[in-house]
Amino acid sequence: MRIEPLGDAAALVVLGEGTGGEILQQVLGLAQGLEASRAEGIEDIVPAYNTIAVFYDPLRLGKGGRPPFDEVCSWVEARAASAGSRDKFPGGRRVEIPVCYGGRSGPDLPEVAAGAGLSEADAVALHSGADYRVHAIGFVPGFPYLGGLPERLATPRRATPRPRVPAGSVGIGGSQTGVYPFATPGGWHLIGRTPLVLFDPARGEPALLRAGDTVRFRPISEGEFAKWK
Amino acid sequence: MEVTVIRAGMLTTVQDLGRAGHRACGVPLGGAADPFALRVANLLVGNPESSAAFEITLAGPELEFADRTVLALCGAEFDGVPSWHPFELAAGERLRFGACRRGCRGYLAVAGGIAVEPVLGGRGTCLSAGFGGWQGRPLRDGDLLGAGEPVRRLAAPPRWAPDPRMIPEYSAEPVVRILRGSAGPELFQGLVAGRFRVGSHSDRMGIRLEEPALPGAPPAGSLVSAPVAPGTVQVPPDGRPIVLLSDAQTLGGYARAAHAIGPDLPLLAQLRPNDHVRFREVGLAQAHAAAIEREHSFTLLRRGIAQKFA
Repeated sequence: MRIEPLGDAAALVVLGEGTGGEILQQVLGLAQGLEASRAEGIEDIVPAYNTIAVFYDPLRLGKGGRPPFDEVCSWVEARAASAGSRDKFPGGRRVEIPVCYGGRSGPDLPEVAAGAGLSEADAVALHSGADYRVHAIGFVPGFPYLGGLPERLATPRRATPRPRVPAGSVGIGGSQTGVYPFATPGGWHLIGRTPLVLFDPARGEPALLRAGDTVRFRPISEGEFAKWK
Repeated sequence: MEVTVIRAGMLTTVQDLGRAGHRACGVPLGGAADPFALRVANLLVGNPESSAAFEITLAGPELEFADRTVLALCGAEFDGVPSWHPFELAAGERLRFGACRRGCRGYLAVAGGIAVEPVLGGRGTCLSAGFGGWQGRPLRDGDLLGAGEPVRRLAAPPRWAPDPRMIPEYSAEPVVRILRGSAGPELFQGLVAGRFRVGSHSDRMGIRLEEPALPGAPPAGSLVSAPVAPGTVQVPPDGRPIVLLSDAQTLGGYARAAHAIGPDLPLLAQLRPNDHVRFREVGLAQAHAAAIEREHSFTLLRRGIAQKFA
């Protein structure tokens, strides 16, 4: 583990170089431990893949004359030293996301399926048959960075991004898959669309997903999509 | 008190000092790109310094105020509107922003603050997700907003302004202080050695520097996405640095060559296309000392203003 300044108001805790389920467990365990013991002046704790950012207010830390960054480091190191015993991340929730694949909801499904040498039905079965881990939330509010796309479905990004991708679109970009929470421009291949709202600031927990969750996509019909409340 | 938007201007949004605490679910800090100017503008009209105000970009709006009110504009300077000191408008009077003379973003504070509900702890507009501020979007012609009840009332706006020594050295070619990033010495040295032109695609998410492009940026997809912060200087594979501002996304996948220090973010927020910027290295202790000095001048300003309102 090493800790480096991320500017003058944050510290980046780097737990290792690689990514994957194992290091994500360590990251989430430590992030959870830091969250549980956070002190005055700590603004945000952001886990992502193999790092945790700790955002702090340099004016509220360092009251005893100690540099604020050193204070953050001591806290993180002390917590990490004991993390093995107490900060076990329980493994996250399992979240099912209904997806209407293909048709108008997923105009690029034929292209993705052809690229994988599969029928559309088999491509849908492959995409909806896998478990995806949320490694981080970012890019836009509520957007999950998902790991676990079956290699066969990996498809390079579109040469020309679409100026507007509808909210809820499920896409594939390179070896990643994800769900667009908002209507934005986007360069991923769109294979389907979920009626779920990924981010709603009026909800108690605005984002549907958290880092550490496991996502499974469930195919639904156009009729079910239309009726979804 | 009602505020009618006669003309909205290029990009006028409601902003405050941001909404920390929700980065883990991808919500940017947000708030004023130049928090210094927003804080001073609020103080000058007797508001708490985090009150919601208008952030006005390059081509300003035309606004009509239903009642007599006290206003202050800080940051960018516009023809037809006084800067850096409070002024009064009569009931029904219109405020027309002329050409932007200096800087890029002006902050117009209204006594009582712009009355919008906080969302996730902030009153600023989150443009990427369309929430907060005024209906989650920039102002449009014909919008009708409200201002709150002033905490303290001025009989007549006093003729004073903050000590010019406390105002950041706004410039069309500022020198911005940076801390080393994790990307290694080559990109950092390139930043310190260069004089960079500000690109036209710069926005509240970041200042895009067009030239010179830096050699040595890692290729696309070679880095794991990791958290970034306002001030982070990212270098994408094309070598053209991006300095992140308050609406920056919470994670980035490019090389982090450096980080502009918090007290110099106002200098960046006031850059406009074709301005230039240079960078100078400082250490973390100097960055924090600069932040403490900035807060000290705010303490003095608050104290001075409290006396004026007494």
